[in-house]
Amino acid sequence: MKKTVLSLTVLTALALGSANAATVVKLATISPLSGSSSNLGLQIKNGAQLAVNEMKAEFAKAGMTLSLVAYDDQADPATGTAAARRVVADRSILGVVGTLNSGVAIPASAVLAPSHVTMVSPANTNEKVTDRGLANMNRVCARDDAQGPAGADFVVNTLKAKKVYVLNDKTPYGQGLADQAEKAMKAKGLTVVQSEGVAAEDRDFTAMITKIQTLRPDAIYFGGLYGQVGPFAKQLRDKGIQTPIIGGDGYDSDDLTKLAGTGANNIYFTTVAPPLDAVPAAKALSTSFQSAFKTDMQGFGLMGYDSAKVVLQGMLNAYKAAGNKVPTRTQVESAVRTGTFNVVTGQVKFDKNGDRQTAKMYVIAVKNGARSTAGTVNVVRQ
Amino acid sequence: MDFQTFGTVLLQVLVGGLSLGVLYAIIALGYTMVYGVLQLINFAHSEVFIAGGIVGFLVFDAVKASSMNGYLKLLLACIAAMAVSGLLNVIIERLAYRPLRGAQRLVPLITAIGVSLILQDLLRFLVGLRGQFDLSVPLPQGFGNPISSLFGLDISLLNLQVKDLILIVVAVVMLIGLNLLVNRTQLGRAIRAVAHDRQTSGLMGIDANRIISLTFLIGGALGGLGGVMFAMKYQALNAYSGTLPGIKAFTAAVLGGIGSIPGAVLGGLVLGWLETLLGVISLFSSVPGLHWLGAIKAEYKDLGAFLALILILFLKPAGLLGRSAAEKV
Repeated sequence: MKKTVLSLTVLTALALGSANAATVVKLATISPLSGSSSNLGLQIKNGAQLAVNEMKAEFAKAGMTLSLVAYDDQADPATGTAAARRVVADRSILGVVGTLNSGVAIPASAVLAPSHVTMVSPANTNEKVTDRGLANMNRVCARDDAQGPAGADFVVNTLKAKKVYVLNDKTPYGQGLADQAEKAMKAKGLTVVQSEGVAAEDRDFTAMITKIQTLRPDAIYFGGLYGQVGPFAKQLRDKGIQTPIIGGDGYDSDDLTKLAGTGANNIYFTTVAPPLDAVPAAKALSTSFQSAFKTDMQGFGLMGYDSAKVVLQGMLNAYKAAGNKVPTRTQVESAVRTGTFNVVTGQVKFDKNGDRQTAKMYVIAVKNGARSTAGTVNVVRQ
Repeated sequence: MDFQTFGTVLLQVLVGGLSLGVLYAIIALGYTMVYGVLQLINFAHSEVFIAGGIVGFLVFDAVKASSMNGYLKLLLACIAAMAVSGLLNVIIERLAYRPLRGAQRLVPLITAIGVSLILQDLLRFLVGLRGQFDLSVPLPQGFGNPISSLFGLDISLLNLQVKDLILIVVAVVMLIGLNLLVNRTQLGRAIRAVAHDRQTSGLMGIDANRIISLTFLIGGALGGLGGVMFAMKYQALNAYSGTLPGIKAFTAAVLGGIGSIPGAVLGGLVLGWLETLLGVISLFSSVPGLHWLGAIKAEYKDLGAFLALILILFLKPAGLLGRSAAEKV
């Protein structure tokens, strides 16, 4: 009898305790924190951390203690998938921000899907990430297939070109990009004077330059990587041809300007990572980022922040919808997919596959070796 | 396309193909030298060549701020690259080919491919120590200037730069020098003797191993010089940049007749011209009756070059200037 009383007391105490103490809820990040892309991965993690810091008080009011747990995927699919399994096992994690690499996001989101852990990606651009139609996988950045059309848009509206010369490096990336751009440019009524390929290792552009000199296009679209585009620009400018060159995020490296040397002029490329000067609302944020982490905020830091904001707002929405109760993973998952969120890069609303309905592509200009933002292109998904 | 544009394009092909062709020729000479003596295709030659290019980059980079004369800078780069590549080639021969001298023909061919792969990654590692992958080569002042007139003739249409002219002059000097070396000197005679019959030349008092080492030294040095020319022409290279020009130069050597020095040069030129012509041939589709040329885009320029190789080997198996090897009895 005495024993029963004792155990009852203990049970009551436990029950009371859990009613009074706030429930722990966590946001996880999965991104490379070590290795060659750790700089970008840390940006994502720090961006999410900043969002968590900001919203801690609001969660505390709702009786939840919010914290961030960061997993390192080393930009490796196997490591990222293992991290996803640990997320599934930790019941207090209600959502994930990540990853940097599409190759990691695809298997990791598949591991998270059966447990309904929602995932918002700041950076994955591969079409397959959302084309699989998983209920938990969303992204706030534009997709790879938006790049070609965004480039075409820029060629038509900003460069005002009528005749374009299209070149590709015959890789799946470069050729795919050039094909999309060409299709979009033709649809807008441009004349494609020539569309051809060059081996990715080739650094001799004598033939192409002769053609460009004869055909006199107003713009050159080159689907390729900076290692080849740099020398191409150099050889072209050395022959006195100043025609603008435009391409995709494969140009995004400081080595582009080094390799192009005196030719690093009049080059444009599209990318999903916003340059901070293109997002006026990010100014205040970058100051607090700098003071919190002693490092400058970059595009992926901003995208990490926005992704975390979307997940956290989703959690709060689900909390309210559940009648002020700590939401389940499934409730958070559907709150993220169906909600409308206002974040720094604009409004986030996902379509049925988890793609942002109006994402932005940014166009970066290289002028005399220096970069600046040349414009933004809205990417609308129906 | 009007008549004048037509002519301009053809002229540009002629000159562009020439400067590409002589580059192939310089590299091809390295293949041919070694093949002539050992009947061995030194597949590591691509890497020996690009090692020279990297050395050239290091020299150009080291002296870029100095006020030294541009041609002196180039000379320094060439000497350093020739020394390093020549030595590298000697070491490769000593470690990877000599121990297999008596083995079947296929065995050293396989080690050659192995050496090539090892060197590629070694070079990448060494360049990586500088924290770089792609190297951008700073040129001496004036090398990139366009040439608008030569001997009073207006040649601005040709798109020539000072560095293209240097490349062509270097190739011509090299060809003459090599010809003199092989045909007019004691060393040349020894090389020819070893190439003709290693055993018998040994009986005549020629140290075959020494001659083979010297041949590798010369072949490697030519590769190194080619590397500097490549670095100068394109101003961008990485540890893997040697592969494609290496294969093309090997093709050129076979095309011209492997083992023949004038053959290597002819093969290089033919390949350079063919490639450049195929690259621009779709421009001629506006000529009446030639609209089908529009389908031959620049991506077929390599394909065309290799098809030409196959065709020539069908018609003349020894190559353009090659002599079919007489059975040694």
